Amino acid sequence: MSNIFEYAPAPESRAVVDIKPSYGLFINGEFVDGHGKAFKTVNPATEEVLAEVAEADDADVDEAVKAARRAYTRVWSRMSGAERAKYLYRIARIIQERGRELAVLESIDNGKPIKESRDVDIPVVAAHFFYYAGWADKLEHSGYGSTPLGVAGQVIPWNFPLLMLAWKIAPALACGNTVVLKPAETTPLTALLFAEICQQADLPPGVVNIVTGAGDTGRAIVSHPDVDKVAFTGSTEVGKAIARAVAGTDKKVTLELGGKAANIVFDDAPLDQAIEGIVNGIFFNQGHVCCAGSRLLVQESVADEVLERLKRRMSTLRMGDPLDKNTDVGAINSGEQLKRIRELSEVGDAEGAERWEVACDLPTKGFWFPPTLFTGVSQAHRIAREEIFGPVLSVLTFRTPSEAIEKANNTPFGLSAGVWTDKGSRILSMANRLRAGVVWANTFNKFDPTSPFGGYKESGYGREGGRHGLEAYLKGEDS
Amino acid sequence: MSRIDVRKTYKLYIGGQFPRSESGRSYVVNDAKGRLLANAAQASRKDARDAVVAARAAFGGWSTKTAYNRAQIVYRIAEVLEGRREQFEAELRAAEGVSAAKAKTYVDAAIDRLVWYAGWADKITQVVGNANPVAGPFFNLSTPEPSGVIAVVAPRGALLGLVSVVAPLIVTGNTVVVIASQDNPLTAITLGEVMATSDLPGGVVNVLTGSQSEIAPWLASHMDVNGIDLTGVEDAALASELEVAAADNLKRVRRPAPDTDWLLEPGLDRMTRFMETKTVWHPIGV
Repeated sequence: MSNIFEYAPAPESRAVVDIKPSYGLFINGEFVDGHGKAFKTVNPATEEVLAEVAEADDADVDEAVKAARRAYTRVWSRMSGAERAKYLYRIARIIQERGRELAVLESIDNGKPIKESRDVDIPVVAAHFFYYAGWADKLEHSGYGSTPLGVAGQVIPWNFPLLMLAWKIAPALACGNTVVLKPAETTPLTALLFAEICQQADLPPGVVNIVTGAGDTGRAIVSHPDVDKVAFTGSTEVGKAIARAVAGTDKKVTLELGGKAANIVFDDAPLDQAIEGIVNGIFFNQGHVCCAGSRLLVQESVADEVLERLKRRMSTLRMGDPLDKNTDVGAINSGEQLKRIRELSEVGDAEGAERWEVACDLPTKGFWFPPTLFTGVSQAHRIAREEIFGPVLSVLTFRTPSEAIEKANNTPFGLSAGVWTDKGSRILSMANRLRAGVVWANTFNKFDPTSPFGGYKESGYGREGGRHGLEAYLKGEDS
Repeated sequence: MSRIDVRKTYKLYIGGQFPRSESGRSYVVNDAKGRLLANAAQASRKDARDAVVAARAAFGGWSTKTAYNRAQIVYRIAEVLEGRREQFEAELRAAEGVSAAKAKTYVDAAIDRLVWYAGWADKITQVVGNANPVAGPFFNLSTPEPSGVIAVVAPRGALLGLVSVVAPLIVTGNTVVVIASQDNPLTAITLGEVMATSDLPGGVVNVLTGSQSEIAPWLASHMDVNGIDLTGVEDAALASELEVAAADNLKRVRRPAPDTDWLLEPGLDRMTRFMETKTVWHPIGV
């Protein structure tokens, strides 16, 4: 990296967070001991152990579901929408008030740059609660009726810990359901801080229950007979297992799973913006994004120029301490994920693609992977077909719009896609033909509480966000 | 001497044509009193796979027709059905043993249901899609699109039940492989004759007759099928097995509802269950 881009360290203070040595489960409004084997959560940037966290076993999950059922029957489903709304507004406000604390804690536990947790994750979390709060007393206008389902079991991933919690809890509560939520085992801390926020908001006990643990805890939630609704965000593999587990039951399910999004750049695209969009598409949140633009499809006539500009831009990305306010790319969330990224990248080498990575000094401790791109990638390569979930971009080329569509849609996934061109009619035609739930035209990785998000095909079913996001938590007007 | 009837050979309806089952098998279909009505084709795994190929081939053209055009074609099915109503009334009386009045009620309702769904083709997007007021300078619009190829296990109602499950799927742009009621399959094939002469492109609706428990698992596990409607499945164990198989490629699943009263007016759910919401963003600037 050139010296003119050297920055003085600008670390955000950790003093704002108070991490306890150990955490229990949040059931019926109180923190209680878990009966499984407690596990440790680490800072992925340093491998420092942050806290010990309880694991919920089947009996703990059962307690949580019972608490949620009681709260549903006795309190939450009887409360008027207007009153439920006030609790959600309170939560939104407390999240704003404690925003810096949440952002710092999120970056410490997850490894994402403070710039992103501070400017994207936490503000969108607050906005999400604020948005759905307003629906609570307007459900009869939603088109989905106003009858809640009951107890929702929710399992969320580690890539946007608090944001995924908000996507699950805000619409569920607005619609009158109560929840049992399991955060990912590598990123439980902001969910547990959220439990404290529920206490501060005087949310009735049992409306929100947070149980920590790994796969077994998740399975116990999904298969619990008194759970009416299952919402999951995570891998397609686990999503399929959940779809099998609920077969033959009355449980309603929404699944938000993997992706392998094509980001399509035409020769008439505004290249400066397109380069920023490509970088944001794959390196935002270290590429730990299910809708990441992990396949760059660039029109052959501009491929050389795009690649040259892209490499130059990638070379200016600042990688390192997640809490440094100048950091663009933080740490990989876990050793396990780093292993998977390395393995798939090695498969890319072995299958004949050409690797290029940013030359930078990686910290000696923690989990790190430099921003990387592969050229000479064909449709058959595993790095073009499988979700890497890391800062690795596969570059393919095309000549005609039809070829771009064919390549973009040639995947079992269908979560998102990007199109870059100055021609309006081409944008609309591409948007129509792309089989994906979110199409970003001349932009990428934009999220908003009012905008539905979710996939086609094996990227799952159901939508989160917007009016459409209510459907997952209501009985519907007919069926 | 009285004239000898010319009987009809009931075959399958795949890709706009009426092939026999490739397996060469047939099974006896009796009327309500147990007398022979006809031999129906007993579809095989290969027939089911051929039907999926036909449905996939038809999907691109059908789903990109204008909604107005799809509306006219579904309306056309109603017109042609109206013209052949005596035949359908007679078939229902023979197959299901219902009274003349009841048969007329079912045919009336089937025709009216086609007309009702036809009108939805160019309205469903307006009712279930919307603009989203995002907090930034972006155009943002959510619209519904068809899920793709949908497998359907039809309920017992040989005409009204069948129309009630197929019409909502095709009017939104999906293409369909439907397993007709095992006990009353003949009307489904006659309805195929109506569809084949209503400007409905071949492959948009494909009808299989035969054993539900034999054919449905192949469709539930088929990786090029996007959704499965289990409405007509009466065996709970089979329904679970099909839902498990459907998870292999995360098919959209509609769970069984064999006891539905098809004379009641439907809601939107039969359309929206097999539609995807697409959200398109674009910056607003100068």
